[in-house]
Amino acid sequence: MAELKFIEGYPEYMRKLIDIVNKTRQARRDFTPKAMTMAERDEVLQVHPDYAPGGKRQILFGPNKGDMAANEVVDLLEAYPVVDSKVINLSNPDYSVDLLIIGGGLAGTTAALWAYDKGVNKDKILLVNKLRHGDSNSMMAEGGTQSADRENDSPARHFLDAIGGGHFTNKPDVLGALAEDAPLIMKWLCDLGAMIDRNDDGTFVETAFGGASRRRMHACRDYTGMEELRVLRDEFRSRQIPCLEFYPVVEFLTDGNRLTGAVLFNLETGDYKIVQSKVVILSTGGFGRLHIRGFPTTNHYGATADGIVMAYRVGAKLRDTDTVQYHPTGAAFPQQIIGLLLTEKLRGMGAQPVNIEGEAFVYPLEPRDVEAASFIRECYVRNKGVVTPTGMKGVWLDTPLIEVKNGSGAIEKAFPGMFRMFKRFDLDIRKDPVLVFPTLHYQNGGIETDPWGKTNIESLLVAGEVSGGVHGKNRLMGNSTLDCLVFGRRAGITASQILNNKLPFGKLTLEHLPKYIAQLKNANINTARKAPIILPDYRGKAVLARMIDVF
Amino acid sequence: MPEDSNIMDKIAESNRSVVTGIDEKEIQYWVTISVLGRKYRVPAGLTIMQAMEFAGYRLIRSCGCRAGFCGACTTVYRIEGDYRLKTAMACQTRVEDGMYLTQIPFTPAERSDYDLDKLRPGIEALLNNYPEILKCLGCNSCTKACPQDIDVMEYIAAGKRGDIAVMAEISFDCIQCGLCAMRCPAELAQYNLAQLARRLHGKYNTPAPEHLNKRVEEIIQGKFTKELEDLIKMSVDELRKVYTARDIEPE
Ligand SMILES: Cc1cc2nc3c(=O)[nH]c(=O)nc-3n(C[C@H](O)[C@H](O)[C@H](O)COP(=O)(O)OP(=O)(O)OC[C@H]3O[C@@H](n4cnc5c(N)ncnc54)[C@H](O)[C@@H]3O)c2cc1C
Ligand code: SF4
Ligand code: SF4
Ligand code: FES
Repeated sequence: MAELKFIEGYPEYMRKLIDIVNKTRQARRDFTPKAMTMAERDEVLQVHPDYAPGGKRQILFGPNKGDMAANEVVDLLEAYPVVDSKVINLSNPDYSVDLLIIGGGLAGTTAALWAYDKGVNKDKILLVNKLRHGDSNSMMAEGGTQSADRENDSPARHFLDAIGGGHFTNKPDVLGALAEDAPLIMKWLCDLGAMIDRNDDGTFVETAFGGASRRRMHACRDYTGMEELRVLRDEFRSRQIPCLEFYPVVEFLTDGNRLTGAVLFNLETGDYKIVQSKVVILSTGGFGRLHIRGFPTTNHYGATADGIVMAYRVGAKLRDTDTVQYHPTGAAFPQQIIGLLLTEKLRGMGAQPVNIEGEAFVYPLEPRDVEAASFIRECYVRNKGVVTPTGMKGVWLDTPLIEVKNGSGAIEKAFPGMFRMFKRFDLDIRKDPVLVFPTLHYQNGGIETDPWGKTNIESLLVAGEVSGGVHGKNRLMGNSTLDCLVFGRRAGITASQILNNKLPFGKLTLEHLPKYIAQLKNANINTARKAPIILPDYRGKAVLARMIDVF
Repeated sequence: MPEDSNIMDKIAESNRSVVTGIDEKEIQYWVTISVLGRKYRVPAGLTIMQAMEFAGYRLIRSCGCRAGFCGACTTVYRIEGDYRLKTAMACQTRVEDGMYLTQIPFTPAERSDYDLDKLRPGIEALLNNYPEILKCLGCNSCTKACPQDIDVMEYIAAGKRGDIAVMAEISFDCIQCGLCAMRCPAELAQYNLAQLARRLHGKYNTPAPEHLNKRVEEIIQGKFTKELEDLIKMSVDELRKVYTARDIEPE
């Protein structure tokens, strides 16, 4: 069969459509569509996956009974445990530690370093990871981290920008801590040797972004999360803090009230291990791999909501479960990278969304939900999207405009990662636009905490994307890497304080499981589903249809 | 507006193969690859990672970010009939007909534990922690292997000169995949050396800027605490007013 013919990365028919974009570029250079009015925003939001009906249902039991959440999340709350409390042997814990940290992204790694700094014996800390230490959403953060450290800026302003962006639903005390600690965190990163972008005079390069009243975004090229996390991980390793990999936690242990340990699952051999711990910090990140509403995602392979599922079983309270963040600019072509993130900074530096007719149809820096909805409308209501060879629709993001506006060389300098990703598939984002469509990006809500990471469950501290409150119902760019660093630090400090009080180990039980199962039954939930799911399954359909279970 | 949930169905439908695995009925173009010596017919145009999943592998090792950031999916391969050994990140490389491959999920590599506060940028820091740097033969195998197109040999050369700044800058995009170390006849783990160089550079050559130090001082003195406390106590209506009235820095 004849191959589809590609010309410099694009099939012939898409090349013709690109010509149209090329033709209108000069005219668009000095034209930016007007920002929407509030009424226009409300209208377009009707096609946003978070607002369009059918995507959510009520949580039927537990501390958040009556709250709405995405179907895919409720599915996991309405699921049976993967371990059978009757067969697990809890009598000889394999590890006895003071502090168990679950998930080594930015939040967990930061927590470990601060607990260590505050005197927790390193051999009494254990960091467990589902995949390798660092395989996480943190590693992928491109755009940057916020911190109000310029003369004309202040933590109060940072607070205001974030709470406005969050539609005034953020938990104020937690947000206050985020804004006030941000510069301390920046200083800490500098002292540990992170390479944060600088001007010639040594000051930070700080850029503007959607929703901010001051330039406040700090980046490390377009590898911000990678630079932050690899520096912290290097320090973690130098201090020889114990760490396990490919050992996800699949269930918590309690003494009836207090959290006392966890069940680990060896992903390779299939057996379990028991950890007894005086304090637990949960930092398992987000849930992009649940593919809410069938959307592709920017998230890493292990982003499957395990933390929320396990915490809800022991009675932890969640909040803001009813919103999910979709990023407007996920890659829609080529097929190999569908859903992967194209950072907001591209639009910040002048790239314009353009439809099939070469028209700039939306103000490029609307809030993320409005921008995303406008892309969906352009594709599915106005039918002005471009259809890919695999049947996906998208709009153009006119990246060459960045160099028209900022001079040639601007793209490679500011976006080496992005440039490289497309080059690998023979596409040159300096010369050609790229096709984009909204992608599932961030779990806005999560487990409720106080400003020091404490939850309603004794001995359970929470930090990072798995927590809820600091961003309310919508997060601004650059506040979540910051969230992980600020509350990772605070959780680490809190843990050390709790441990100072000579806390004893607690009894290890799985008592909460039969209680949870009773709640499922009471709510008439009939299902064979099990959770946490640990990893998504992308195996081909034909193979799955022929699986046999031999050993 | 038309039926909104209908739109959501259409979107879900168009994303089905990315989200739930590929149905072969929809595939027109095929290639044959071989994984660990066994041949599989897979859809053309997939990444190596997607192709392995299509073939039935449920990945545990060798898969992290799925986006070219984490270095988990290190892969080496040849194309039938071509003597050259190639390297790739499985999540960022398209399958080709005749590709035969294996993944390298783990790189055994030495890294040194150090206290950054006791080191200074310069040749000593490198030599004390990684004396093997002097053994580099200048063969360029590392550079040829690097999936990030980093001039690895060049940053090692910079290190040998004690030029920490250049080593840090050149190595910045390193995803620590380990391929350079696997290819090095002098047995260096280049990426660990580079990590040390970047931290030295960050800490000592570009220390925290004055404006940051000043702000940190102000925070420690509690300069902003009252203002924040007031905001924390405000009603949503009041907040809305203050928010709307705030001035926006011109671009
Ligand atoms: C592509 C992308 C770009 C982004 N860009 C930005 C940006 O520019 N600025 C910004 O501020 N934010 C950005 N974000 C968001 C931000 O990176 C994340 O919200 C944040 O890093 C989450 O950190 P975390 O430590 O909470 O979780 P993660 O970094 O995801 O770490 C959680 C870890 O826990 C592990 N884990 C999960 N379940 C278990 C289990 N059961 N047992 C053991 N371990 C487990 C995971 O495998 C993972 O390693 C971006 C996110 C993505 C995906
Ligand atoms: S420098 Fe080495 S470890 Fe880093 S990306 Fe290149 S080959 Fe991989
Ligand atoms: S592969 Fe090893 S010996 Fe060869 S240039 Fe690179 S560092 Fe030097
Ligand atoms: S899976 Fe992270 S680089 Fe490929």
